[in-house]
Amino acid sequence: MNPKLAQKIAFVFLLIATLCVIVPVLIILFIIVKQGYSAITWEFLTTMPRDGMRAGGIFPAIVGTLSIVLTAISITLPIGVGAAIYLNEYAGDNALTRIIKLSIVNLAGVPSVVYGLFGLGLFVIFLNLGVSILAGALTLSIMELPVIITTARGALSSVPQSFREASLSLGVSRWQTTRYVVLPNALPGIMTGAILSIARISGETAPILFTAAAFYVPHLPRSMFDQVMALPYHLYIMSTQIPNVPKNLTFGTALVLLMLVLAMSLVAIVTRVYFRKRRKW
Amino acid sequence: MPLKKIDVENLNLYYSSFHALKSVSLSVAPNRITSIIGPSGCGKSTLLRTFNRINDTIEGIKITGEVRIDGSNIYDDGYDVDALRRKVGMVFQRPNPFPLSIYENVAFGLKIHAMASGAVLDAIVEESLKDVLLWDDLKDKLRRSALELSLEERQRLCIARLIAVKPDIILLDEPCSALDPIATLRIEELMVELKKKYTILIVTHNMQQAARISDDTGFMLLGELIEFGITSKIFTNPAMKQTEDYVTGRFG
Repeated sequence: MNPKLAQKIAFVFLLIATLCVIVPVLIILFIIVKQGYSAITWEFLTTMPRDGMRAGGIFPAIVGTLSIVLTAISITLPIGVGAAIYLNEYAGDNALTRIIKLSIVNLAGVPSVVYGLFGLGLFVIFLNLGVSILAGALTLSIMELPVIITTARGALSSVPQSFREASLSLGVSRWQTTRYVVLPNALPGIMTGAILSIARISGETAPILFTAAAFYVPHLPRSMFDQVMALPYHLYIMSTQIPNVPKNLTFGTALVLLMLVLAMSLVAIVTRVYFRKRRKW
Repeated sequence: MPLKKIDVENLNLYYSSFHALKSVSLSVAPNRITSIIGPSGCGKSTLLRTFNRINDTIEGIKITGEVRIDGSNIYDDGYDVDALRRKVGMVFQRPNPFPLSIYENVAFGLKIHAMASGAVLDAIVEESLKDVLLWDDLKDKLRRSALELSLEERQRLCIARLIAVKPDIILLDEPCSALDPIATLRIEELMVELKKKYTILIVTHNMQQAARISDDTGFMLLGELIEFGITSKIFTNPAMKQTEDYVTGRFG
């Protein structure tokens, strides 16, 4: 074939492949917004469900999701960043660190429903936390550990080695160098990873199914040991377990969840752009 | 040579199986500039980096022999490496200021070591910047980012950051290789000025530079210190054939 023509065909094919990425996003957004926007009112966002979920709002589910997710990230972030610092700044390349790195990769590959069962076994039953915010958050935090560790390691290793050497050569100890030179410069990358993680786990259903989520709780959570409603699980219930739920309520819930996730991704992107502009090394 | 500031005895260094420094012995006198020359890969930077143990963390590195600074072997067990590096500072090939303000760069070590604060800190920052001849140009721009400076200014700033913590010995690893010839000359003048207060060791590719500024010169080849002595002698009347070949430009 004529090489110019072959090139043209190849580029067209590659363009189509790329467009295939955008199309589902647009379709999903379109359908959900179209069917769900009519449900979005102040009342929908701030009141309890009524009439067996067929009317009223989704306030407890929003609060429930936020409390699970924020608890999860405040557990997983320090542990994950700590592990990343250890692996990146201190650990040598030996059998132990190779096992640790392999575990991280494997942890990332475990299906989320398996995390759900694991959380049920360990946190809910064995540690007797019950079905609760804490149990769900712990389950999610373990699921999110590999992602946090991986993004934090990426952020740490993007800090130039010359900064570390400059600091060490002034007689600054390795820990002080990590604390005052490496971490501040890695922070934007770590924060971006953390925000994206929050967005990702907000939509997770399987891990909280057995560990935190309740079908219906007629009040807001009072402590970490309460069961809560959660947006993804609420969505699942409304669409499969209860007959005659008005369609716009279901799609409205999906829309709220989607907006929550998109808003957080947007914050992450803005953070990244802001800090990328400021650093010039 | 009078007193010995640094005394290296039979130093061997291995990167895994690669023998990078072979039985190196030399003595460095205080308040002199000592330069180490030699072709790329001869081990001159490796040698320099043993004096503040900044190579310690490299995997598979092994060191035998002794490096005595002010009489004590820095490779003894339990030797305080952080204290060593406060005494033996280093300036690198690429200027590496932190992405902070000019002021914060110079104050960095002082703040972490809690050596000064407030007006005292300001005074040391000023004095350090004066020592590297940056003060007049930058005294109104101290809050600006150090990354806005030219390469030469950055290298001067890195030297100011170092002398702010009052080291004894300054190691310079090809400090001018990223600079243009004019900036190079000015940094050289600065080094000659600094030797009044500090003992200076410089690794350089540039033989003219070694000839211009140093009091003593060592010539290295393939991990060995071939010859070490007064600079004028090394360049005009070397004892070894290899030294002569190198300084006359027959190879390297």
